[in-house]
Amino acid sequence: MRNPIITVENISKSYILKHQNNERYTALRDVITNTAKSIFTKQTIINNSKEEFWALKDISFEINQGDRVGIIGRNGAGKSTLLKVLSRIVAPTKGRITIDGRIASLLEVGTGFHPELSGRENIFLNGSILGMSKKEIKNKFDEIVDFSGVEKFLDTPVKRYSSGMYVRLAFAVAAHLEPEILIVDEVLAVGDAEFQKKCLGKMKDVSSEGRTVLFVSHNMGAISALCSTSIILNKGKIEFNGSVDKAVKIYHNIQTTNKNQVYTSQGINKEIFISETYLKNSENENTLAFSHDEPVYVVIKFYANILLDDLLLSISVSDFEDRKIFSSEVLISKVLSVDKKFGEAILEIPSVFLIPNDYKLNVGIHIPNLQVFDFIENICSFSIVDNGSEFSKYVGTDIGCVFSQSKWAII
Amino acid sequence: MNKYRIVIEPGSENSNYWKDLWNYRGLFYFLAWRDILVRYKQTVIGILWSVLRPLITIVVFTIVFNKLGNFPSDSGAPYAIMVCAGMLPWQFFSSAFSEAANSLIANSNLLTKVYFPRLIVPASTVIVSIIDFLISFVILIGLFFFYHFIPDWRILFLPLFLLLATLTAMGFGLFIAALNVQYRDFRYVIPFIVQFGLYISPIGFSSTIIYNNANIPDYLKFIYALNPMVGVIDGFRWCILGGSSHLHIPQFIASVGISILFLFIGIWYFRKMEKSFADVI
Repeated sequence: MRNPIITVENISKSYILKHQNNERYTALRDVITNTAKSIFTKQTIINNSKEEFWALKDISFEINQGDRVGIIGRNGAGKSTLLKVLSRIVAPTKGRITIDGRIASLLEVGTGFHPELSGRENIFLNGSILGMSKKEIKNKFDEIVDFSGVEKFLDTPVKRYSSGMYVRLAFAVAAHLEPEILIVDEVLAVGDAEFQKKCLGKMKDVSSEGRTVLFVSHNMGAISALCSTSIILNKGKIEFNGSVDKAVKIYHNIQTTNKNQVYTSQGINKEIFISETYLKNSENENTLAFSHDEPVYVVIKFYANILLDDLLLSISVSDFEDRKIFSSEVLISKVLSVDKKFGEAILEIPSVFLIPNDYKLNVGIHIPNLQVFDFIENICSFSIVDNGSEFSKYVGTDIGCVFSQSKWAII
Repeated sequence: MNKYRIVIEPGSENSNYWKDLWNYRGLFYFLAWRDILVRYKQTVIGILWSVLRPLITIVVFTIVFNKLGNFPSDSGAPYAIMVCAGMLPWQFFSSAFSEAANSLIANSNLLTKVYFPRLIVPASTVIVSIIDFLISFVILIGLFFFYHFIPDWRILFLPLFLLLATLTAMGFGLFIAALNVQYRDFRYVIPFIVQFGLYISPIGFSSTIIYNNANIPDYLKFIYALNPMVGVIDGFRWCILGGSSHLHIPQFIASVGISILFLFIGIWYFRKMEKSFADVI
């Protein structure tokens, strides 16, 4: 039987927000004047300006040995607070956490790096801050230097390093931690693409050795490439806890709420029009988020009161920079007749075609070079979510619009 | 049951805090090592500063108190040596105290990103001050040679009084450090305490002239003795000057008592506030 390595029971964390002063810290002077004021006016002025804010509310979950858990959520959802509570940096307000194992947390790359010290000195300093013993650091020293690729500058103060070198050295130290539980916050969001790939690889190695990893990132590609399960936090509460594929989709659905899911029209004053457009996945579910490796079905319902030949239903997909990705059309006049004024067309956008991004549709009915009967722009926005594609490592870079199926030959 | 089991609960006393402190001794060592390395980076005369600063103050104090003010020395030892025996522990205390008191703020990036027993941060800064103290000790040795002065067996007790000075600096340092996290006002209090202490501690003069002065009422003498640095400096002089220099035992006990009391208050308050450091810093 597997025992959970981390048990979190009803954890809550509250902060007191002070509205009165915008300063980052309390000054004794304010405490004294406020106390004095409250003595004279016999009311508690200070309390009026306080407000409780629950960064985490009643969080419970269990993590088993060897699990790789991705924690996702919007800014301010409580991800960082959860990691800080788990790594014992801040104390929870309520609840209880039991952790069975050595834990190391990596909330920042290069914590405690001192600009005046040389690379060599900083490896030792940073290593010990992250919880390594001197012996451990000595044993891994060559490996760390090798991984970072800064051996030429080992004896240069890090203040003279380029920011890339700095980050590489810092991550190299962190990557050689060997705790049973590793907590990582967004650290992959730094460095160039090649180095990010190297980091992701290293993280995979870590987890394949049976160690437990908790990983916070906005990079859904990295999350789905690395994690087995995922927790979605929303406003300090757990929204979902389960498989990573599902979590990524749910997260994107949360992101795209408020956007119009289904386009409908009564076609007032129109003889020929599009009555409904929506998206579904291969399981026939209406959704706005699709994995890059599943097809997208666009369902378009139309109505024609008059019979015309050469009636074309056309669709184009564009991204939010209004860059047209592709267009497609189909002849619909043949399915319409005097008795059948309604028709339905389904377009399958193949899997592994659109690059993970946000898209919208433009649909219309026309007779080429003659007349446009109906044309609707910017409807049914949807997202293609990276589910661990070959390009997931290049998040944030423009790599084109589609997955090319071009073939290579290497001689 | 895993031997590394950690239970996190609000407000609960961490039962293996002191064991944790021991486990993190490597970090303690590295933080001290960092501070020592950084201290004199990009300076021309580097470590000489540890000697130069107290040396100049000793010269000035000797001229002002002895040559101009005609203050008598303790037990007939050369006046410069007496000032030195007071100045070295005072410099040690003032640097150890201010470094410790400011240490949490200076290392706030660590406090908000990594867990470790927070006591390590102020404790490690004291090591730097101890190293500085040991370096500045060459002044005293130089004065021994200059005045052909030979200390007697009592100098062997010096480490004991250095320990007392360390505990005093730690007690005050921890207390102010914890307060400083919450109320930055204490940033301004620290230099004030250091400057004020310089006047009320027997650095340029000997405690004997206070205790033997019939014009000073007894209660003022008692208040004077409550200054923990009076005990430390008198102890240093007793060790270094030897001869007829003697310790005023009741007053010395009062000083030491205050030191110990503040050490406990400092640790207690620090431990109490420690859990919320990362929240409020």
